This record gives sequence, C-alpha cells and structure tokens, in this order.
Amino acid sequence: MKIHEYQAKAILASYNVPVPRGEVAFDPEQAYQIAQKLGVDTIVLKAQVHAGGRGKGGGIRLAHSPEEARQIAKEMIGMTLVTHQTGPQGKKVRRLLVEEGMQIEKELYLGIVVDRSTSRAVFMASEAGGVDIEKVAAETPEKILKEPVEPSVGFQSFQAKKLAYALGWDKELVSQGVKVMMRLYRVFQEKDCSLAEINPLIINHKKELVALDAKLNFDDNALFRHPDIIELRDLNEEEPLEVEASKSDLSYIKLDGNIGCMVNGAGLAMATMDLIKQAGGEPANFLDVGGAASAERVADAFRILMSDERVKAVLINIFGGIVRCDRVAQGVIEAIKEVKVEAPIVVRLEGTNAEEAAELLRQSKLNFVVAKGFKEAADMAVRMAKA
Amino acid sequence: MSILVDTNTRLVVQGITGKEGMFHTQKCIEYGTKVVAGVTPGKGGMKVENVPVFNTVEEAVRKEGANTSIIFVPPAFAADAVMEAADAGISLVVCVTEGIPTLDMVKVMEYLLHKKTRVIGPNTPGVISPGKCKVGIMPGFVHRQGSIGVVSRSGTLTYEAVAQLTERGLGQSTCLGIGGDPVLGTSFIDCLKLFEEDPETEGVVLIGEIGGTAEEETSVFIKEHFSKPVVAFIAGQTAPPGKRMGHAGAIIAGGTGTAAEKIAALTSAGIAVAPSPAHIGETMQKALQSRGG
Repeated sequence: MKIHEYQAKAILASYNVPVPRGEVAFDPEQAYQIAQKLGVDTIVLKAQVHAGGRGKGGGIRLAHSPEEARQIAKEMIGMTLVTHQTGPQGKKVRRLLVEEGMQIEKELYLGIVVDRSTSRAVFMASEAGGVDIEKVAAETPEKILKEPVEPSVGFQSFQAKKLAYALGWDKELVSQGVKVMMRLYRVFQEKDCSLAEINPLIINHKKELVALDAKLNFDDNALFRHPDIIELRDLNEEEPLEVEASKSDLSYIKLDGNIGCMVNGAGLAMATMDLIKQAGGEPANFLDVGGAASAERVADAFRILMSDERVKAVLINIFGGIVRCDRVAQGVIEAIKEVKVEAPIVVRLEGTNAEEAAELLRQSKLNFVVAKGFKEAADMAVRMAKA
Repeated sequence: MSILVDTNTRLVVQGITGKEGMFHTQKCIEYGTKVVAGVTPGKGGMKVENVPVFNTVEEAVRKEGANTSIIFVPPAFAADAVMEAADAGISLVVCVTEGIPTLDMVKVMEYLLHKKTRVIGPNTPGVISPGKCKVGIMPGFVHRQGSIGVVSRSGTLTYEAVAQLTERGLGQSTCLGIGGDPVLGTSFIDCLKLFEEDPETEGVVLIGEIGGTAEEETSVFIKEHFSKPVVAFIAGQTAPPGKRMGHAGAIIAGGTGTAAEKIAALTSAGIAVAPSPAHIGETMQKALQSRGG
C-alpha cells in the first residue's frame, strides 16, 4: 500500500526524524491559512499524488506570500498532473502539502528495502540524492552504498556510522545522520514497510539534516497488524475497478486494451496476456480469480470485467485443478444472465471437469465460443475484438 | 528417482482441521502420499480422514515419524508454523500459505540458517513426484511419471506446462513451484542442483516471471554448472511496469526484472526460451531431440 508524502512525513516526524514544518490543504483557503501560520518568506506547495517526478510536471511550486500561496493552490487543486509515473492520463490533484521552503546545500539519499537474493533488509545510502536516483542505480551502482541488516539484531549504529563516514560527513553530521538512519530503520521494521525512503535527505544552510521528501510503501500482507496505516489509504488514488475487485478478494489491474481477461492464477493470467499480445491484440486487464474460484467469485469477476466499457471481447482461461471447471462455467452463466453482455466471449476450460463445463456452456445457449487450446483461445479473442 | 518427495515421504499436515487442509489431505491420500499425521493446536486426539491429529509437530514426529510437512496455517501464524516444523526436525517444509508478511519470512530465513530444514515457498502449489508422492495442491491427474523436471514461480501456469509435456509423452520426475513471494525458502538454483544430481531427470523446464533477478542469477548458474537441457518461459512479457500482478513477486521496479532482460540473460546462457506459453512442451521436445542427435 502507498501513502501520501505528507502522511509519510508525519510518521517520520513521530519517530523524531526532522522534516520541514507544514500541513496538508484540501482547498485554497486552507493553503492560505497554513502559509500564514508558517510565517516564512518561501512557501512550497506540493501536489499530493501517489506518483514520483512531480516537480517536472508542475506539481511542486513556490509562493512568497500567503496570498500567492492561495492563488497557486487555486491553480493546483483540481489540475491533472502528468509525470513519468502517472501514465499519459495523469492524476487529479486533490490535496497539497504546504510547507516551509528550505535552503539546500546538498541532496542525499537514504532507503531501505528487502533484498530478495539475500532474504534480508538492506539499508542504502547515496550522496547522489534527488529525483534521478533510479538513474544512479542503473548507471553508477557503485555510488549507492549498502549495508545488509541481520534480522535478529536489526540495523546497528556501527552500520549507520559506516554509511555516514562513507558519505564524507564530518563529525557533527555523522552524529545527526546516525540518528536519522536508526529512526528510519525503526519505521521500516515497526510499520512493516516494503520501502522506506528519504529522497532527498538534505543538508540545509544551518548544517542540519532534513527529510525534504519521503516515501513509505507498506507490505499489504502485514496490514492486518497495522490498523493505523490502513486508515491512511486514499481510495481516490486507486483505480475504482481495482478497489471494487479487492472487495471481492480478486486481483484486478486495469490496462489499456480491449480484450477482457479472466484467468485463475497470476502466472497463467500474465501468460494469457502475453499470448493475446503475440496474437496482435491488447489485454484490457489482468484478472486473477484465484485458486479457489467459486461460482459466486467468478460472477463478481465477470461483473467487474464488463464494467470496463472498452471491452470488445472476453477471454476466459481457466486451468482447473482444485478449481472445478463446471463450477466456473456455472458462475459465468449466472453472471451473464444478470449482466447484459454484448461482447463475444471465448471460453477455454482445461483440467478438472472440463468436459462437464463445456456441456454446461453448450446447453446454456448463450453467446459463447468454446476454444480447445490456449493459443487458439487467444487467437479467437483477438479476431473477435477486431471484428 | 526424483527429488524432494518420493515413497519415503511421511507427511504431516499443519492446519489439517481447516477447510483447505482437510480437502488437500484427502487429495494427497488419494494420490498415494503417506499422510501420517496432522497438527492443529488444541485439536490433538482428533482424526481427519483417519489421520491422527496432534497439538504439536514435535509430537507428530515422535509418534508417527513424520519427515515432511505441508502448511495450510493462516498467514498471521504461518511463519511460526514453519519454525515449529524446523525445530521438530522436519527435513522438508512445503508452505502453501499465501499472504505471509515479508518481514516474518525474513526472520524465518535467519532461523533456518542453523537448521537442516529446507522450506519450499511460501505461496507455493507444492511438490509432486508423479506416480510416487504429492505434497501440494496441484491436480495430480495432469502429471505422468517420467524424466523431465519442472520448476516454476507460478501455480496454474505450471499445470498448463505440465499438461503440455504429458500430452507429448514427456513424463516428469518431479514438479514444484518455488512460490510467488519476494522471500523464498528455496531458489531456482537450489532446485537445479537437486535435478543435476538426480539421474532420472534428463531435462528441466523452468518457468519464471517478471520481478526480481532470480532468472538472471539462474542463467549464470546454468551456464557454469548445469549439464542437462533447460527450456524456459517467462510470464509477464506484456505487463506494464510498476504494477503488482497478483504475486507479490511479480512487480517490475526501476527497470530491473523485466521479461526482456530475463529472456536476454537466459538466451545468452544457451537456454531455449519458449516463444509463447503455448509452446513450452514443444520447445522441450525439440531441445531433447537436438541433444539426442
């Protein structure tokens, strides 16, 4: 799960990591009041969307008076922000972080993730902080310093010191930096983060370390033990159909094509999308009905699938193992009776009770095309979407 | 021969009294697996499918000689269940549970450093040595006994690949899923080491997917240390970056872990990559023929 920058900063502040003073504004008047309260010459207004690269897209602007802050907030709230992470359709700005401006002497990077190859958390630090850290990681990986964390003892202060000295800091900065790193690790550990990142961590003109921007992502599987984090979820930032799907325990991701897909299992679902693309079509979504697809769940999946207006053809690909194909067929038939479907539906059911399922589909006299093979099914769906 | 599970496997089912545990216990028994015990704390003394239930794994090992465990315990308690099995001296733990917090698994992996236990998964469909033993949730009937090893990060896509092999008369020595999570007990490389040593395995199908760098690391290993033909497929070639595709593992971030990068790594190691998921069986058949000369 992702949260907004202002929420991440509030969590960091609660662990005594220094962040700029500021508050969230939902309208221009609030922005004015916050700016007035801050009482500083330079006010920064930052669009709060779940995407990076905001500065380049006009999502971060400066004001020099509360009145100007109000005027800029008027322009920013409601705007559609397009960055390299939002996709071409962009994201609507609904909240602004209004905070004090900082004089930046240097920008650094701190981050923690779980390294899959060692099965451990790894603490990363770099003197090349700022917006292009991905580029640094790809082109000059030696500029990113790493310290693996032993899970039983956690991140140790000698490790923080190693990183701090390697960054070339003097004694005073090392003492501040060790504290910031230890606290960031505590956030990562105690809140079950999948990513905890301060980028940039700045050294300001008073030689203080401040978290100028922060990103905390959380492990969805651990949210059950963090009710405080669940409350921070902003449904406006998520695709409505994806939210709807998650309520039915379905894994759905909206894509840009016109062939609706319903598959059991994530790997098979991805492979089905690949086949559609190879056949010259474009999948409209990724949809995994899961290992235990009941008739009811299949019906829910079908409704979600069909509420995407761009869907011109549907491909259902189920490999029945534990899931019985006849139950899946039953679910599809029930769903079609409820939802008005004009798009042609290609069904490929393989495995447990596939014969019975094919028979059920035939008897329903609904508009199905039954495909035998995996490839044949994809080819048919692509042809029908183009027709 | 085969790897990991065979006729010597004595299985204990952790979470046997749950709906899934009960169902799959029955399916494993039907396949011929020796299910010797079940464990559910507080339900000791019960019987499920005529299998005795104990309160602890330690008791199941002591009284029934269990050497392998399969876990259907809910995610919040599954990490504890894995460690309990390791502590009781179980040599192979198959963790089917999906949705275990990543940092719990990080802890488990450190705990296992000083144990002799191998963990498959979590979030795995399990392990099957066709004709001998099934420790998992895969449909037994698509498999045939034979000489192809199958190792995968997926579930149903593995069944699809296995069905293609079976259809072409290519039976399997052992098929297993390593799991779809970011932190896994057993890697592709671990499995390949076992397949290399297994005289019955003549070739291996490796099914990867986007995210992480496991396939890249495996390519290097295969090039240097693996002597049998390998056929690979990577799912998610058309997935958009930054989106999580069901499996927690299947996410591309920061330009690493894309299908293109993985396929390039595999190809440069001399591994035949199936052009589409519908051609996995065919590609294996060709690889074996060219090897046979």
